[in-house]
Amino acid sequence: MQLMKKHNRKKVNVKLTLAAATTALLGGTCVANTNNEGSELDAWSFDTAVLYYGEIDRVTANEVMLGATKTFDDESVLNLKFTFDALTGASPNGAVAQPTVQTFTKPSGNGEYQTPANETPIYNGFRDSRVQLNAQWTQPLAANYTVSGGVHFSKEYDYLSLGINGSLAYDFNNKNSTFSVGTSYFQDIYNPVGGIPEPLGLMIPGSGDEDVDDPTRIGKDDTKLSADIMFGFSQVINRRMIMQFNYSYAMIDGYLNDPYKRLSRVNSNGEAIDYIYESRPDSRKKQSVFTQAKYNFGGAILNNTVLDVSYRYMWDDWKIDSHTIDSRFYIPVGNNSYLEPHFRIYQQSAAEFYQPFLNELNVLPNYASADLRIGEMTTYTLGLKYGTLVNGGDELSFRLEYYTQKPTNAGFEQQGVLASQDLYEQVNAIIAQVTYSF
Amino acid sequence: MPTKKPNRNITIEKRLDGFCIIFFAMASQCEIIIETTKKSIAKRLGDTLAHEVWRIEDKYSRYNSKSVCSKINQSQGQAVVIDNETYLLLNFADTCYQLSDGLFDITSGVLRRIWCFDCSANIPTTEQVNSLMAYIGWPKVHFDEKFIRLPENMEVDFGGIGKEYAVDRCILLSQEITDKPILVNLGGDLCATSPRKNNKAWQVGIDNPNVQVQKGQNQQMVVSLYQGALATSGDAQRYLLNNGKRYSHILNAKTGWPIENAPRSITVVAPQCIQAGILATLALLHGDNAEKFLTEQEIKFWAIR
Repeated sequence: MQLMKKHNRKKVNVKLTLAAATTALLGGTCVANTNNEGSELDAWSFDTAVLYYGEIDRVTANEVMLGATKTFDDESVLNLKFTFDALTGASPNGAVAQPTVQTFTKPSGNGEYQTPANETPIYNGFRDSRVQLNAQWTQPLAANYTVSGGVHFSKEYDYLSLGINGSLAYDFNNKNSTFSVGTSYFQDIYNPVGGIPEPLGLMIPGSGDEDVDDPTRIGKDDTKLSADIMFGFSQVINRRMIMQFNYSYAMIDGYLNDPYKRLSRVNSNGEAIDYIYESRPDSRKKQSVFTQAKYNFGGAILNNTVLDVSYRYMWDDWKIDSHTIDSRFYIPVGNNSYLEPHFRIYQQSAAEFYQPFLNELNVLPNYASADLRIGEMTTYTLGLKYGTLVNGGDELSFRLEYYTQKPTNAGFEQQGVLASQDLYEQVNAIIAQVTYSF
Repeated sequence: MPTKKPNRNITIEKRLDGFCIIFFAMASQCEIIIETTKKSIAKRLGDTLAHEVWRIEDKYSRYNSKSVCSKINQSQGQAVVIDNETYLLLNFADTCYQLSDGLFDITSGVLRRIWCFDCSANIPTTEQVNSLMAYIGWPKVHFDEKFIRLPENMEVDFGGIGKEYAVDRCILLSQEITDKPILVNLGGDLCATSPRKNNKAWQVGIDNPNVQVQKGQNQQMVVSLYQGALATSGDAQRYLLNNGKRYSHILNAKTGWPIENAPRSITVVAPQCIQAGILATLALLHGDNAEKFLTEQEIKFWAIR
C-alpha cells in the first residue's frame, strides 16, 4: 500500500513539482529588469551600398541602395528598400558593323547619329535613371509556417513596373526541412522615347521636325504582364551542410520587344540596305530548376569557412537554354573580417528567332531580333569581397568584380563585307561596391 | 593543494549569423552564441554572462576554499549564515531529494573519498562504504532562510545542479540585455532563448558518450533545438570494472553503491536547464527503468546504454 502510493505520487508529480521548484529558484533570484536598451538599439538595422558598374566604352551605371529592416517582438520582419540607379553611355542598337559609315535615326525619331566604319553601331546618348522601392513583410503564422508578402515599384524615364508577391514556407522534420511556395505578379508599362515602333517596320531617317507623324510608330506605350510561381525545398543535410532546390515557372505576356533595337537588312554582299525594328513573340514561358549547396568546413582551422555553390538550368519556349554556375567561398580572416572570392559562369543558347541580320532576298520572318542579349553567349564573373567589422559590430564591405561577356556565333554565315566584321563584340565590365550595415 | 589561477579570458568570434563568445568555467569550455550584427551587444552579453558563470563557480565550487560551499563544509557543526540565493538552491536540492525518495542527495559527495571511477577494478570494501554512510543523509541537515547547520564531517555538493543553474541564470540575464536569439552552452548543458533567424532550429552537437562508437561514426550527436534546454547526465569515461561487472559512477545515496544497469548517459529536454539536468539524473538513478521513468513523464530524451 505504502509502495503503491509512493509510486503513484512520483509518476504524476515529478514534472510539475520540478517546474514549480525551478520557478521558485529562478524567479526568486532574478530581479526582472525591464531595461531593454539592447532591443531598442536593435529595433532597426540598416544596409547602405553604393555600386559602380562600368563597361569599357559602353554603359556606366551608378547605384545607391538604402535598406531598413525591423524585427518585431512576434518575429515579424518588415524590410524596406530604396534603390536609385543612374545609367549613361552607349548601347548597341542591333545593326551590324559595316566597312562604311552608317547613319541611324535617334530613338526619338528626331535627328540622326553616325557610326564610323568597322565599328559596332551603338547609340551614345543613352541616359536614364531608375527609382526602385520594395517593401516586404514576413511573419510566422503557426509554429511551422511563415508567410511573406511584398510590393514593388520602379520607375525609369520610359518604364514603369508595379509588382506584388507572396509566399508561404512550411518547416518540418524538426525544422531541418522547409518547403516553400511563392508567387509574384508584375505589370510593366513601356513608354519609349518616340513611341512604340512597328515590329519589323522600316526605320525612316528622322526629319527633325516634331510635328511630322512618324508612320513607323504605332502607339505611345504598351504593357507587359508577368506572373510566376516557384516551389522551393531546403534541407539541412547535417551540421555542416544545407541544400536548396527550386523549380519556377514564369509566364510573360504583352510587349516584349526592345523598342530601341533594330536589325540590318543586307544584300548578298553583306552590305546594309536598310534597318528594321525588331519583333519578338508577345508571350514567353520560362522554366528553371535551381540547386544550391552550402558547406561549412568546420574544424579548428577551417571553422566557419563556407563554400556556397549553385547551379541553375533555365529554358523557355523561345528556345533559350541557359546554365549558370555560381560559387562563393567565405573565408574568415582573424576574428572580425572575411574574404569572399566569387566565380560565376553563365552560358546561353540563342532564341530561335535570333539572327544577327536579315537577308534582303529572304521573306521577312514573323519574329526577328539581333539583340545580343538573346543570342548565344558565355559570361564570366570573377570577384573578391572583403568585409570587416567596424565601430563595434557594424559591417563594412568592399566588392570588386570583373565581368566579361563573350557573344558567340550561333551558326550564321557572314557573307561578303560582313566576313571581316566582328558581329559578336566582347563586353568587359568592372563592378565595384561598398556596403555598410549598421 | 595549491590552486591554479583559473583562466578568465573571454574571446569573441564573428560567425556567419552573429557572434560566439567563448570562455572557460566549471571545468568546461563555455559558449554563448548570439545572432546579431552588433558586436557591442555581443560583447556586453559575453562580459555579463561569463562573469555570472564565474560568480556561481566561485560561490558554489567545492574546490574553491573561499566558496560558500567550502564555508558550509568546514563549519564543524556550527550554523552558517546563508543568503537568499543559497537558500533557494538548498530548497531546490530538497525538492530533488523528496522526488527521488532519497536517491539524489547533495550530502552524498563524501562517497568520493572511497569511490574513484578511474576505469580500474578499485572497488571499496563494504566496511569502507558503511563507515561513510553515517555522514550521508539530507534529513540530518537543518536549514532555513537565514542559516544552515550541517552535522560534523558531513558535506554538501552543488556539483549536480550548479552548471545547469548557471545556464538558466545566463538566460535570465541575457533577456535584460537583448531579445536576439541566444544559445548558452556550458560544456554541453545548454539552453536557447528563441529559435534562430527565420524560425530555424539551433543545431547542437552533444558529445556522444558511447565509447563504442563505430570507426568513422561521428563522436557527436546532433540535435535540433528550437527553444529551451538540454542537459546530459552520465559519463561513459567514468566507471569501474571488477570481475566483468561494470560499476557506473552514479551512486545510490541510500546504499553508497553504484546504481546497477543505468544507461551510460541520458540527455533530456526541458524548458529550463536545471529541470533537464535533474530529470536526467533522476532517470539514471532509476537504473533499469531509466527510460521508462522518462517515458511515463512524457519527457523527451536520448539515452545511451
